Amino acid sequence: MHQLMFWEAIRRAHDEEMDNDPMVICMGEDIGVVGGTYKATQGLYDKYGPERVMDTPISENGYTGLAIGASFIGVRPIVEIMSVNFAWLAMDQIFNTAAKVRYMSGGQLEAPVVIRSPGGTAHQLGAQHSARMEKVFMGIAGLRVVTPSNPKQAYGLLKSAVRCNDPVFINEHELMYNMKGDVPDDEYFHPLEGLEVARRGKDISLFAYNISVHWCLQAAEILASQYQIDAEVIDLYTLSPLDRKGIVKSVSKTHRAVIVEEAEPTVGVGAEIMAIINEECFYELDAAPARVSAANVPIPYNHRLEKEAIPDVEDVIKTVLATLGR
Amino acid sequence: MGVYDNLNIPYSQYLDHHGQLHETCSDYTSDAKNLINFYKIMLRTRVFDQKAINLQRTGKLGTYASSLGQEAIGVALGAAMHANDVLAPTYRDYAVQLSRGIKMSDLLLYWGGDERGMDYEFSREDLPICVPIATHTCHAVGIAYAMKLRKQPRVMVCIIGDGATSKGDFYEALNAAGVWQLPVIFIINNNQWAISLPRDKQSATKTLAQKAVAAEIYAEQVDGNDVIACYERMHEFIERARTGGGPCLLEAISYRLSDHTTADDAQRYRSPADVEAQWQFDPISRLKTYLLENQFIDAEALDALQKQAEQEVEEQVKIYLNTATQPPEAMFDYLYETLPEALQSQRDEVMRKGKKHE
Repeated sequence: MHQLMFWEAIRRAHDEEMDNDPMVICMGEDIGVVGGTYKATQGLYDKYGPERVMDTPISENGYTGLAIGASFIGVRPIVEIMSVNFAWLAMDQIFNTAAKVRYMSGGQLEAPVVIRSPGGTAHQLGAQHSARMEKVFMGIAGLRVVTPSNPKQAYGLLKSAVRCNDPVFINEHELMYNMKGDVPDDEYFHPLEGLEVARRGKDISLFAYNISVHWCLQAAEILASQYQIDAEVIDLYTLSPLDRKGIVKSVSKTHRAVIVEEAEPTVGVGAEIMAIINEECFYELDAAPARVSAANVPIPYNHRLEKEAIPDVEDVIKTVLATLGR
Repeated sequence: MGVYDNLNIPYSQYLDHHGQLHETCSDYTSDAKNLINFYKIMLRTRVFDQKAINLQRTGKLGTYASSLGQEAIGVALGAAMHANDVLAPTYRDYAVQLSRGIKMSDLLLYWGGDERGMDYEFSREDLPICVPIATHTCHAVGIAYAMKLRKQPRVMVCIIGDGATSKGDFYEALNAAGVWQLPVIFIINNNQWAISLPRDKQSATKTLAQKAVAAEIYAEQVDGNDVIACYERMHEFIERARTGGGPCLLEAISYRLSDHTTADDAQRYRSPADVEAQWQFDPISRLKTYLLENQFIDAEALDALQKQAEQEVEEQVKIYLNTATQPPEAMFDYLYETLPEALQSQRDEVMRKGKKHE
C-alpha cells in the first residue's frame, strides 16, 4: 500500500491498462506532450507515442465521436474532456451513440469507451468552467456513471472502466487531483456497481459522492464529538446504476437521511435518492429526508459569492441537526 | 502565403443521360459482366424500394426513406469497396448495403421497428444505418484511426447527404481526418434536397466538395447518376487511401426523385413538374440504353433480371413478415452487456405487464 495523489492514481491506471493491451489508447486536449491539464497522463506520450496518446484538435464532439467509432472495431479509448463544461459539446455523441449503439444495432456493435472529465467549483473559474454535470449523465440509460472520492477508487474504477464493454463516464473533481490516499500496490479493479460505507453510524445516513464524501466525513466527526450523533456516511461512487438496495439498507438502519451534493438541487442526484427513499422505505423514516445542495444559480465568479453558492461542512451539520430535531 | 492554389474541383461524367459514353473505361467497367452486375443491383434496389413503400402504405412497415434515383452511387461504391472495408451508411443507402451482402429481410425488419435488423449477417463491422445527420462522420474517422493504428490495409467509407455538410460534426470529422491523414473516404450523396430545403439554401458554396479543401482533403465531384463514373472515381479514391494516400471526398450529384420519407409529401415544397424533368437523368435507364445499344445484353435477359429481382424481394418480404415480434422484456436486451441488478425489477414488471396484455 502506497500513498498516491489522485492524479497519480489515474495516471497509474492509464499506464497499466495501456501496457496490458496495445488497443488501449487515450486522447484529449493537451494530454500528450504536456501530460494533461491535471497531469493524469503525464509521461505516457513519451512511453507510448503519439499514436496511442493523442493530442486532439479543440473538437469535443469530434474526438469523442472518433473514440466511439474506434471502439466499434476493437480499440479501447480513454477520452479526457478537459472540463465537464465542454462535455455538453460531445453530448450528442455520448447520448445518441455511445449509450445506444448496442441497443440500436441489435447487439451487433458496442462502444467500450471511457470518458473522464472533471467538474465542480474550483476557485473562481467562472460560471462556464464550474458546472457539475453528473446529474445529466446519470439520466442516460446505457451509460455507466462513476465518480471516485479517493485515489484508490480513481485507480480501480478507471481500470474496471477500461475493461468494461459498456461506455463509462467518470466524473472527477478539479479540486481533488492533489488529494492523497492509499492505493494498493497490487493491481486492483474497483466494482462499477454498488456503494461504500465510508463511515459506519446508527443515527442518520449521509449520502454523498465525490467531493461531498469528504465534507460528510468531516461533519460526521464534529457531530460525534460535539453532539454525540453517530452519522453513517455512504459513498455513492456509482451514480448509474444507483445501488437502490444499498441506499434502502442504510436508511432502514438509521431511519434518517440527508443527501449532500455540490450541485444545484433541481432534478439532481439528491432528488433521485430522495425518490428512491420514498418509493422503497418511506415507512422506515423517522424524519423527512433533506438535501444539502448548491443554490440554483450559475456558479458566481466572485470569490465570496462562489463560496456562498455551494454547500460546506457547516451546512451539513446544520441540516443533520435539524433533521434530528436538535 | 497568399492565394490558395488548389481550389480546383474536377467533375467527372463517363456515361451521359442518353446512355452515350464519353470517356475511356477501365478494365473493370469495360467488362460487360460487371456492368450487368451494376444494373442488376440497381434494379434489385429499386424493386426493393417500391415494395418497401407499398408495405408502408398498407401498414406493414414503419416510416421508410426511399433511395429512388440514387441507386448508382451505392452500387458503384459496393463494387469499389473490399469486403473487409467498413461502411457508415445513412438511411438511404440500400444499394451499397445490398451490394455488401446485407439482406433485404434485415433492412425491412429494421424499418418495421425491430433493431435486430441492424445485426447484419454479413459485413458485420459495417455500421447500423445512421438516422441522426452527420454524427457518423466522426465515427468513421475513429474507425479509420483504428485501422491505421492496427496497420490494416483497410478503408473506411462514410456516406452523407447534402444537408449533413452544414453540420459541425462534418467539419470536425474532416479536420481530424486531415490532421491524421486517415484512410477514410467521404461520399456526399447530393440529392439536392434536405427534406424541404433545396441545395442552394443549404450552403452558399458553389460545390459541397470544396468544403473538404479547408481541411486539406482532396475532393472531386462526379455525376452521381452515372454508375461508371462513380465507380471509376470511388475505386481510385479508395485504393489511394488504402495505400496511405490519406482521406478524400467525393460529391456525387444526384436527385431525390421520391419524397424525403413516407412521412413526407414533397409536393408541399417542390413541383411535380420539376421532379418529372429529373427522370431523364435516371441512372438505371441510361445504363440500360448503354447495355442494349452495345449489345451487352438483350431485352429478354433484362426481363429475366426484372423477374429475378421481383422474386427475390417477394421471398425476402415473406421472411420479414414471418419474423416473430420480440417479447416486451426485450427492451432491456442490449442496453448493457449485463443488465444491472437495479434494472432487473423494471424488467420483471414489464414481463408481468406484457403477460397481462397477451
